[in-house]
Amino acid sequence: MSSSKSDILRIDIDSHRGDFHLRIATDLSNKGMTAVFGRNGSGKSSLLRCLAGLEECTGVIRVAGHTWLDTQAGINLPTHRRSVGYVFQDLRLFPHLSVADNLHFAARRRGANAMQVSELIDRLALAHLCDRRPSELSGGEQQRVALARTLLCQPRLLLLDEPTAALDVNAKAELLPYIRDVCNDLSIPTLFVCHAVDEIAMLTDYTLVLENGRLQTQGDTADVVENHTLQAIIGRRESGAVLSSTVTAYDESYQLSYLQCADQTLVLPMAIAQQPGQTAQVFVRARDVSLSTTRPESISIRNVLKAPITAINQEPGTAFAEVILDLGGQPLHARLTRAAVDELGLTIGQKVWALVKSVSFDGG
Amino acid sequence: MPPDTRYPDIVEWPAILLTARLALVTTLILFIVGTPLAWWLARSRSRAAIAIEAITAMPLVLPPTVLGFYLLILLSPTSTLGGIWVQLTGSALTFSFSGLVVASVIYSLPFMVQPLQNAFDELGNNSLEAAATLGAGPIDRFFNVALPQCRRGFITAGVMTFAHTVGEFGVVLMVGGNIPEQTRVISIAIYENVETLNYAQAHALSAGLLLFSFVTLITVYAVNRRSPVRVA
Repeated sequence: MSSSKSDILRIDIDSHRGDFHLRIATDLSNKGMTAVFGRNGSGKSSLLRCLAGLEECTGVIRVAGHTWLDTQAGINLPTHRRSVGYVFQDLRLFPHLSVADNLHFAARRRGANAMQVSELIDRLALAHLCDRRPSELSGGEQQRVALARTLLCQPRLLLLDEPTAALDVNAKAELLPYIRDVCNDLSIPTLFVCHAVDEIAMLTDYTLVLENGRLQTQGDTADVVENHTLQAIIGRRESGAVLSSTVTAYDESYQLSYLQCADQTLVLPMAIAQQPGQTAQVFVRARDVSLSTTRPESISIRNVLKAPITAINQEPGTAFAEVILDLGGQPLHARLTRAAVDELGLTIGQKVWALVKSVSFDGG
Repeated sequence: MPPDTRYPDIVEWPAILLTARLALVTTLILFIVGTPLAWWLARSRSRAAIAIEAITAMPLVLPPTVLGFYLLILLSPTSTLGGIWVQLTGSALTFSFSGLVVASVIYSLPFMVQPLQNAFDELGNNSLEAAATLGAGPIDRFFNVALPQCRRGFITAGVMTFAHTVGEFGVVLMVGGNIPEQTRVISIAIYENVETLNYAQAHALSAGLLLFSFVTLITVYAVNRRSPVRVA
């Protein structure tokens, strides 16, 4: 049970709740965002609640050298003494306080000063909301307030429990860049519970996959998304691949972002937070990729990538097959019907054009 | 019994003042006793909570004379509790203002506990958990998160407890009797005025109570209808 102090986050916990048994042990040295992924009931929220001290558990929790829980040593800090920031799925702003007072509630108790408060108000564009009650805000605005309130706690560990789950597509697309920016700057370990693979791909570097209260798999997000166990969880319809790319330009008049991926160009119909030269990860669903054996002309799809086929996986018992392309070392998945694979006469090694619908990069 | 000549005025101010004092003291004590009890009942998952909840609600269903009878026995100087009180204060609990306060606290307990318990139930854990993650300890959470959000519950509980104490009769009669400026509260005064055919004085007090009850209920319903509660 000993560990070096350099561990950013050490988790070794057991928790029983009725029939459900959560048993997670892992050391995370990742200072950025770690995705926590799994089916409903796999224990994602329980893990976060245990870390925050909101649910009883035994074992060890150590955050940046501070011991929050060590059952053998008799240490179990109550929630209010753990330096944790928690953004709840259901927001939980205080209805009896204005937005400004919600923020001050956190700032006063965790010692953030007035300058930090006003800085964060600017950053998350909350100035015009300060005098309002939470009930007078939209879902996206409330979530921004909740994020700001949590950050004012100056936590050592940030826990985001499906912060986008209650939001519509537009509000989600608006909130995600805030989360990414702020969390990147903070450089504290962050656990991000999320159902959407594209969000995980966009925001996180590392992923934990939970199943039945156990840590099923962990690793770099791109690898885990590739991994077949994850695909079993999310279902083939939602499966796909993460592409790492470099931002090259943003066209303001058309609102298009240009990304370089291997030697090819991707176009995203949205502004993204990264500056030109920075890397961005995007998720491409296999079902949003079509293939053509000849260069397609005169079509509306902006993203046409040329790549060789590295594998063709038939999905027995279904009408579908998954074709994997090699995009300069990164895999790109296309989900076609088996009939189409045969009709086009696709073979391994053959160079084809992949047609990617731009919308598949969207936050939704 | 001859007509009571001790109160020549139509309005019996000493009885009104005594009643107000009794109701006020009872309400204050019940805020202090009832709040933690209601908090515990709203949150506890233990089986004992069910029994305690039932005991708390007993005054609602028991005839006041039954409650008064047992309180009389419990508070009398010959009982353990009554004896200790006599040793401590030199006077008996029965037929005294202090005895009335004890009786009223028990009699009005459900009127304090039930609205508070409902408010705490409705509050749930979400806000409190959020407050804990923001660094608020238990006391801080209670006063700055729970209390302001349960403001309506507290207003309802306070008003109902006060009004119910003003209206009590049976328990007071059993435990307190009819001693002017000690235990002669409005309801006792009305009863005696009617018994002695002082209808004018009975009218004055009765009409006053009628109006008071109406205003009280209007207040409670207005508080519960208005939403959301604004805290200055």
